[in-house]
Amino acid sequence: MLEIRALSKSFGGVKATDNVSLDFADGSLTAVIGPNGAGKSTFFNLITGALRPDAGQVLLNGIDMAGKTPPEIVRHGIGRAFQVASIFPSLTVEETMLAAVCADQHRAGVMHRRFPLAETRDRAEHAMELLGLAGKRNRTAATLSHGDQKLLDIALALVLDPKVLLLDEPTAGMGTEERWRMIDKVRELWEKQKITVVFIEHDMDIVFKIAPEIVVLCYGRILATGTPDAIRRNEAVIEAYLGSDHHAGAVA
Amino acid sequence: MTELQAGQGAQPLEVPRIDARPQRYRDLLVALAAFAVLALLPMVFGSKQLLDFVIRCAAYGLFATSLNLLVGYTGLISFGHGMFFGLGAYGFGLMMQKTGVPIPVAFVATLAMTCVVAVVIGAICVRLKEIYFAFVTLAFQMLIHSTILSWQSLTGGDQGLRGGIPRPPFLGIDLSNHLHLYITSCALLVVGLLLMRQIAQSPFGYTLRMIRDNATRASFIGIDVWRAKLVIFVLAALFAATGGIIMALFVSGAYPEFAYWTISGEGIFINMLGGVTTFLGPMVGTVLLLILNDTVTRITEYHGIVLGIVILFFAVGLRKGLMDFVVEWFAQRRGEGRG
Repeated sequence: MLEIRALSKSFGGVKATDNVSLDFADGSLTAVIGPNGAGKSTFFNLITGALRPDAGQVLLNGIDMAGKTPPEIVRHGIGRAFQVASIFPSLTVEETMLAAVCADQHRAGVMHRRFPLAETRDRAEHAMELLGLAGKRNRTAATLSHGDQKLLDIALALVLDPKVLLLDEPTAGMGTEERWRMIDKVRELWEKQKITVVFIEHDMDIVFKIAPEIVVLCYGRILATGTPDAIRRNEAVIEAYLGSDHHAGAVA
Repeated sequence: MTELQAGQGAQPLEVPRIDARPQRYRDLLVALAAFAVLALLPMVFGSKQLLDFVIRCAAYGLFATSLNLLVGYTGLISFGHGMFFGLGAYGFGLMMQKTGVPIPVAFVATLAMTCVVAVVIGAICVRLKEIYFAFVTLAFQMLIHSTILSWQSLTGGDQGLRGGIPRPPFLGIDLSNHLHLYITSCALLVVGLLLMRQIAQSPFGYTLRMIRDNATRASFIGIDVWRAKLVIFVLAALFAATGGIIMALFVSGAYPEFAYWTISGEGIFINMLGGVTTFLGPMVGTVLLLILNDTVTRITEYHGIVLGIVILFFAVGLRKGLMDFVVEWFAQRRGEGRG
């Protein structure tokens, strides 16, 4: 269970996250939406330790993450992928996965064996297969397509066996068709891995189609939370964000 | 140019990667073969000059390869790595002159002392980013150099450690014997390279590559970036100090130039010459630089100009080191042969 308690963060006079409290149940799939500058990425950065909250708590199974460093938070089980694929350009897909698992297993010391153990290999293999990257294992990350780089970024988060997976715009910069393929993948991962997934998404069609739970942020505050139907009918959301004819397509 | 940039330049070619799982003992066999060749060299060529050249290669090669662990593998551009070369030479020389302990004891004690200094300096430096890291390491280098110059009673100031370093025999090895010194230097070189190779290819080596490529991402997969950088900073310092010890044994003394910033500069030169994307690049660069140095100084007193032109050729012309160039050339040819 991931509980956010009265989380706040200001930059100068701007409240990027303003007294946000939310619960994410184990195994839930939640979309975070909101207009540009609504504080979605800041919200993720606060949870993962990239930013230190001014106030409030981030409780993962009762343990407060606020103030911890990113490596500590990752080791507690909150993994994340980035809006712009954050990968290691000169490593191959397989090297990336193996190196990540070694680090996670505390087997990344100087005198640790150069040839990974079977259990290290299995975990790396599993993640590559889940994301459909097994066939590209010997490609250096820099030579992968944009979509594959995003998948690799997610694989990097997933290979650590997180309890909570935060995806910052998994479909950013993709064409329509690729978007759907990506979002199907996200849903598939969520169903297979039975982990808590929270993702940021701009495309309303996608959000309403796949997310059982939606959180709407606006000016750093929670505007509404609920099921797609409830959000669609929520007057505040319609006024602030969706507009009267949101069915026209993507709103960004 | 960092290795990352160099690598990116090559990426459109899709350089085929050497399989990540070579035979387990390949490196060990290569090292043994290299040592055998080096050990047999004196029987084939009796020239003292050649053996001297190899000893200097061992000293500078260990130093330059350890610098590449920082520059090429971790993306830490240190302009002060030479301080550890100097520390090794002075630490060892002083220990032998003042205490008269056996050579292996002085060797280990020198490394221990270097370790302590490197931990302190590293703890301050590795927090800093890029250019600040470079300059602060340079500042520490200058600090150590000035200390050596001004602490005359201990270090002999600008005269260096004079009167020779006593080299009492141990375990049947007599380092005042030229051949024994040669074999010992070769052994230190080969063992040092083998250990650094292990570091580079170990999971920790891949942690370093991840930090070089994208330190932020590395921290988000649970890596303590600061700690990993400190560990490699200290390890690299130990190998640089070993190079310094070989140098001190070779010249039977230690001089302030060993701790001057130009040594760090030469380390960077060597890495640019040989290339930072291959493990042996700096070793090739060392041989190149020493050959250049020896031949050019014989021909002209303006050897600085010649070296500068050569460096410009590599940096601006090839945009990579010799080994990078060779490896890419082979990879390209293999690619053509296949398709």
